[in-house]
Amino acid sequence: MTTNIPTGNTVTVTDNPTADNGVAIEALRGARAALTDAPAAARFQWRAANTWVNGTHSRTRIERFAGLGDEHSHRRPYEVDTDHPQIFASEDNGPTPPELVLAGLAGCLSAGVATVATNRGVTLRSVTATVEGDMDIQGILGIDPAVRNGFSAIRVRYEIDADVPKADVEAIVVQSQKRSAVFDIITNPTNVRVEVA
Amino acid sequence: MHTDVVVIGAGQAGLAASRCLTDGAVDHVVLERADVADSWRTQRWDSLRLLTPNWMTRLPGFAYDGSDPAGYMSAAEVARLLDRYRNSFAAPVRTGTAVTGVTPGPGGEGFRVATDAGVWHSRAVVVATGAAREPHVPAVGRELPASVRQLTCAEYRRPDQVEGDVLVVGASASGVQIADELARSGRRVTIAVGDHVRVPREYRGRDIHWWMDAIGQLDERWDEVPDIDRARRLPSLQLVGGPQRRTLDLNALTAVGVRLVGRLAGVAGGRALFSGSLPALVAGADLKQDRLLDRIDEYIGTGRGERPARTRVGDPPTALPLAGIRTVVWATGYRPTWPWLPDGLVDRFGRLRHDGGVTPLPGLVALGLPFLRRRKSSFLDGVGPDAAELMAEVRRHLDRVAAGTAA
Repeated sequence: MTTNIPTGNTVTVTDNPTADNGVAIEALRGARAALTDAPAAARFQWRAANTWVNGTHSRTRIERFAGLGDEHSHRRPYEVDTDHPQIFASEDNGPTPPELVLAGLAGCLSAGVATVATNRGVTLRSVTATVEGDMDIQGILGIDPAVRNGFSAIRVRYEIDADVPKADVEAIVVQSQKRSAVFDIITNPTNVRVEVA
Repeated sequence: MHTDVVVIGAGQAGLAASRCLTDGAVDHVVLERADVADSWRTQRWDSLRLLTPNWMTRLPGFAYDGSDPAGYMSAAEVARLLDRYRNSFAAPVRTGTAVTGVTPGPGGEGFRVATDAGVWHSRAVVVATGAAREPHVPAVGRELPASVRQLTCAEYRRPDQVEGDVLVVGASASGVQIADELARSGRRVTIAVGDHVRVPREYRGRDIHWWMDAIGQLDERWDEVPDIDRARRLPSLQLVGGPQRRTLDLNALTAVGVRLVGRLAGVAGGRALFSGSLPALVAGADLKQDRLLDRIDEYIGTGRGERPARTRVGDPPTALPLAGIRTVVWATGYRPTWPWLPDGLVDRFGRLRHDGGVTPLPGLVALGLPFLRRRKSSFLDGVGPDAAELMAEVRRHLDRVAAGTAA
């Protein structure tokens, strides 16, 4: 096929300056291009296996997942303990599950900040985030049916040191939210089905 | 019936193509299923005006010549203007002729264009059926109970059509305009806000489109932007045309009592659920607006204009009882479809496959789609340069066919 359309200009897709934030950005760009033409391979499944230990203490093991049309394992299995604090008359053998949700949100957004910054050629010197989730436990205790169990609000505050103007840093943080799995998981409803084997 | 080129659609794009072909003495016909500028006549609400000022009506061989170059045309005025354009060069339009199938001829030679008024054989085809014809309703619409009346922005005409409390879904030009006039007519209005592009109507004393034209933003080309798919998906600007020249952004809607909520995410337990992502979306739109205004300041070279206030969203509810919503207005964009095109020309996202309007099928080109070849490609003012370039390509194709070297 011949197109021969006079463009009047040479093609100048702007190449961003390179930034080394430890993100393999070329691999990610390649994956995006490859998966655009192979949508089935883009379907992943993440898994976790939980065992009750004692009281409110349980342990979750994370090892295998599926994606790219295949089964995979993490480099090694990971375990995370969850429990409730002593003021709840528990033994505090680990963070509470809602705190792990906050950790998941921050971890996801920070991964996004590093990826978006690298994609835009911005080198990061430091990135820290503090996360606060407000919860009225009248919900989980069944005191007031008008109070929801989960967070009523979540606030994330980033402090980012990078060699670009503040507006550019803010734009990176916005884009990170647009591409974040956990941000979407928290801000949008998901059908959850729990059954007994 | 035989001709060199069949143009499908007699709106701004089809007529611009016809004018370029006429200038090149190329034998062609323009097939129009209804009447010239039909979408402008039949699918627009009463108060709608163009988002661009009248002087931005530069079509091939035709331009606005009225007395109000800074004003904004109504849909009826656009239809009359396109009628005058058609008559100015006696465009060979066949109205009331709906295309039912386009197939390549045997051996890849030419095209067979079937219509409900006979079959045309041509050497090239120009698809100019428009980008704003078929309103898109998201899948969540099927989950709404029958008690909620659903209207698309192609069906909406005026506030008295709408009873009770209203949820407007979508906050681009259509959504903000409809939410604004419903609120001003006394309806209680909630607007569900997804991705949007915020701009002021005027900046530093001139229309925002004057600046976007001046700084060259509207002329940015499809083969020069870093991510053309994303650029083509960009929603229309939050703007309204009218003599007041007012800015119609989310803060303006809040000021007339419209309640802002996040993107409509689902329906469950008799409630509409809204995404908690609204703060991120308005922050993104504020930053993007600032980048545009920075570019304008750089172009001017001195000083900095007064910037619009940051968007205030407060603490928007993430769920509302559907019992309190009588009407949902879908202002969720348009998704053109081409069921009459040959297989393989539309990708899995429902988008026409093309590179600057040139499809993989030699001799078949498209015109008038968002960012086809320029950021302004789908504007009344932007289809002209695209038409000139693509009709030159069509003529080269006809030359290759004549020389026996096509494809």
